[in-house]
Amino acid sequence: MKVKYIMNGGIKEFDIQPGEVLLDVLRRNGYTEIKGNCYMGTCGACAVLINGTPKTTCTTLAAQVDGAEITTIKGIGTITNPSPIQKAFVEKGAVQCGFCTPGTIITAYALLRKNPNPTEEDIKKAIDGNLCRCTGYVQQIEAIKSAAELLKGGENNE
Amino acid sequence: MNDFETIGKSVNKIDALALATGQPVFTDDISFPNTLQIKLLYSPHAHAIIEDIDTSEAEKLPGVKMILTYKNTPQVLHTTAGQGWPEPSPYDTCMFNSKVRYVGDRVAAVIAESEEIASSALKLIKVKYNALPHIFDAEEAMKDGATVIHDEKGISGVYDSKRNLVAHVEVRAGNLEKGFEQSDIIVENTFETQYAQHCPIEPHVALSYLDDYGRIIIRTSTQVPFHVRRIVAQSLDIPVQQIRVIKPRIGGGFGVKQEIILEEICAYVTLKTGRPARILYSREEEFISARTRHPMKITVKIGAKKDGMFNAIKMYALSNTGAYGTHGLTVVSNAGSKTLPLYNKAPNVEFIADVVYTNLPVAGAYRGYGATQGYASLEQAIDILAEKLNMDPVELRKKNHIRKGETSPIFQALGEGREGVTQHVQSEVIDKLIELGTKEISWHEKWRQKKRTGSKVRGVGMSLHMQGSGIPLVDMGAASIKLNEDGSVNLLYGGTDIGTGLDTVAAQIVGETLGIKPEQVIIYASDTDMTPFDVGAYASSGTFISGGAVLNASLKVRDQIIEVAKEMFGEFNSNEFILKDGKVTSPRSSKSVTISEIAYQTLYVKNHHQIMAINSFVSPYSPPPFAANFVEVEVDEDTGIVTPIKYVAVVDCGVAINPELAKGQVIGAVVNGIGYALTEDYKFGDNGKMLNPNFMEYRIPSSRDIPEIVPIFVETYEPTGPYGAKSVAEIGINGPIPSIGNAIYDAVGIRLHSTPYTPMKVLKALEERR
Repeated sequence: MKVKYIMNGGIKEFDIQPGEVLLDVLRRNGYTEIKGNCYMGTCGACAVLINGTPKTTCTTLAAQVDGAEITTIKGIGTITNPSPIQKAFVEKGAVQCGFCTPGTIITAYALLRKNPNPTEEDIKKAIDGNLCRCTGYVQQIEAIKSAAELLKGGENNE
Repeated sequence: MNDFETIGKSVNKIDALALATGQPVFTDDISFPNTLQIKLLYSPHAHAIIEDIDTSEAEKLPGVKMILTYKNTPQVLHTTAGQGWPEPSPYDTCMFNSKVRYVGDRVAAVIAESEEIASSALKLIKVKYNALPHIFDAEEAMKDGATVIHDEKGISGVYDSKRNLVAHVEVRAGNLEKGFEQSDIIVENTFETQYAQHCPIEPHVALSYLDDYGRIIIRTSTQVPFHVRRIVAQSLDIPVQQIRVIKPRIGGGFGVKQEIILEEICAYVTLKTGRPARILYSREEEFISARTRHPMKITVKIGAKKDGMFNAIKMYALSNTGAYGTHGLTVVSNAGSKTLPLYNKAPNVEFIADVVYTNLPVAGAYRGYGATQGYASLEQAIDILAEKLNMDPVELRKKNHIRKGETSPIFQALGEGREGVTQHVQSEVIDKLIELGTKEISWHEKWRQKKRTGSKVRGVGMSLHMQGSGIPLVDMGAASIKLNEDGSVNLLYGGTDIGTGLDTVAAQIVGETLGIKPEQVIIYASDTDMTPFDVGAYASSGTFISGGAVLNASLKVRDQIIEVAKEMFGEFNSNEFILKDGKVTSPRSSKSVTISEIAYQTLYVKNHHQIMAINSFVSPYSPPPFAANFVEVEVDEDTGIVTPIKYVAVVDCGVAINPELAKGQVIGAVVNGIGYALTEDYKFGDNGKMLNPNFMEYRIPSSRDIPEIVPIFVETYEPTGPYGAKSVAEIGINGPIPSIGNAIYDAVGIRLHSTPYTPMKVLKALEERR
């Protein structure tokens, strides 16, 4: 069957198999910026925004979200035009191996849109589902705080 | 203390933006059309002979290309350890074996046109097993009459296979018996550490394909590209020349990707079919069939004088290497060699270790590499001794730790599977680490105070640590650098950045040496065709060994640049030139030329040559970084839950070339260690099957599990390291078990003798205390 998503702002059509999860469909179609393969929603590396809310694509059926607006890390910012939150992750040493980073940034991005002044607890709660084995989270949390400041200072979170 | 341009500065990690914007940089982010997919069949038995495998039904399934078993693959005994050559691990496995030795041992591989077809075909393979008695307990393994796990012909490097004894180590200094006789107080502590997995968020994955000349290219998530090349060549019985290994960005390793466990199957499929092949572990496979930490049971006996001076230390380690002996000898050796020299005041020391096979998952290299297990026992034994002496455990350690200029007989006696090297400590720093840590945690205000709020009681604990920096006289790295017209350079080196930031550190070392910006260093790393050799990312060797090679190559290039400058300045007799801000300046004449101009001169104008150099580094020493860790915990006497409140890690890693990255190493390791101390554990069924192979039931720390973490660096200068650097990657993981254990005791007076410190264990111990 076919589904359509608004992928990072552009309408795209995909062939999917019944029962296929979004992670597999999108990675197969070149959206390799989506990581992860726990298929239980436990590591968070595969998170994208679905209609503005962070969701794990490994537990989302591709058919179920037909017509949805999907934002991957590349929809937030690119290597030539990174978003403030991506820049903050770079500057605060929040990226080590970087495999969990897209999922964590997606989650943090959604948090900052909803809550521009998050406390440390808010941040910890938001990224609780994004497992990182390298950083120990501290620099990630610092980066998200720093991104919040950058955004308040007028940098655009788009 | 330094006037460096870039050393000691937190330059942004050079790959961070690519990673934060989702560039296709990992192994599995590229794909080729026509790729064969590989899925593995695992043993449901802990110990069994494969009597027969019937693959005929599976082969009939449309889309199945081939099925591999022990019957049709090379039977070359080797080790998967991914170490230097000759390996200190036994040759006790083939690509597929005719005997399975744990639940999760691989039996067959299906190669098919899609993952779905491969998975379906797995179910059609019929295997007839002849089940054998199994051993799950390390002590049982050594007993007379125990079933023999490795009885295959041709096995080598095993100490005594009839007794399931992979390795046996005995090292002595002084006279232990006399040492204990002459001690006023003797304490003994036995501590058991558990199975645990590294849990890189990117699991093992490999992709192989043929190049235009029929050579096999392996793109793989590895810590050891050059060892992959050598060991795949060995296990496929093909020349090294026929293989190229490419290491892209790696999604975490922590030791588990030092193992060569998928590459040889992948390469074999490509060799046999001529087609690209791909294999990717699921999270479950990563848990059951990759590698784990060696569980150990370690008994430490310390004899001391009344004044607290250690007189004798005896350590016995029993290590369970699981079904195969990879890293068995060397990990257990480090349980002694990375711990005992820290307390060199004891003249009488003995370290004895046994490493046994069992029918449980295979242990391998894991951050900390035995030191973690050694310190778990030793640092709690010291607290037990301090209590008996009625001394502050901080003061007791201060009396006994190693100091600048001193050595320990253990350094020389106990190496990595062979004798070690004699070395002297170059920094007088441990007291400073302790001082800063006690201050930050408010030790004197909190120790023995048992501050209570309802059922919750606070306590503080501490521990001391050292590690190494690479394996002396074994680990070698090499680098080559060439100069371009704009003053940029290409650095090609074998150093293997697995997410740590090594490439950034390398760029800083080149930048500092040549007087250019780190951004002007174009790095291409760890590709066996393109870059010089390096042993890879293990043993805390990145900055020290690979960085040392980068420095040595930079110095040669610097000399070549200066030679041209001399000619251009007409100052042939001068040797004092300053390379800074992209220029070479002569202080004598104030003449100056840009490095770019030098490159143009040599490439196009006069005395034409390519400024470029290659150099290597191997170290006769493995300078230890030191750390003092302090933790405040809260123990809930009603629930048994232990919550770390604040964790202070004070570290001497020499000069931190990039402080932000060094900080990340320490915090990451501490959090990994907290998971190991509190929650992470393998649950086994009666048949030896791991029951919790997922992140739901095997809990690694999330953002909400972390305490306040304060990393503090005390800078020293290591004369044998690049720009004064030592290692920092592993040491941070050693602290949580002993310091939290000591803090639990300080809070509620219970001494737990195994990890993880679960609520059940705490409640049980509290019950027994009453």
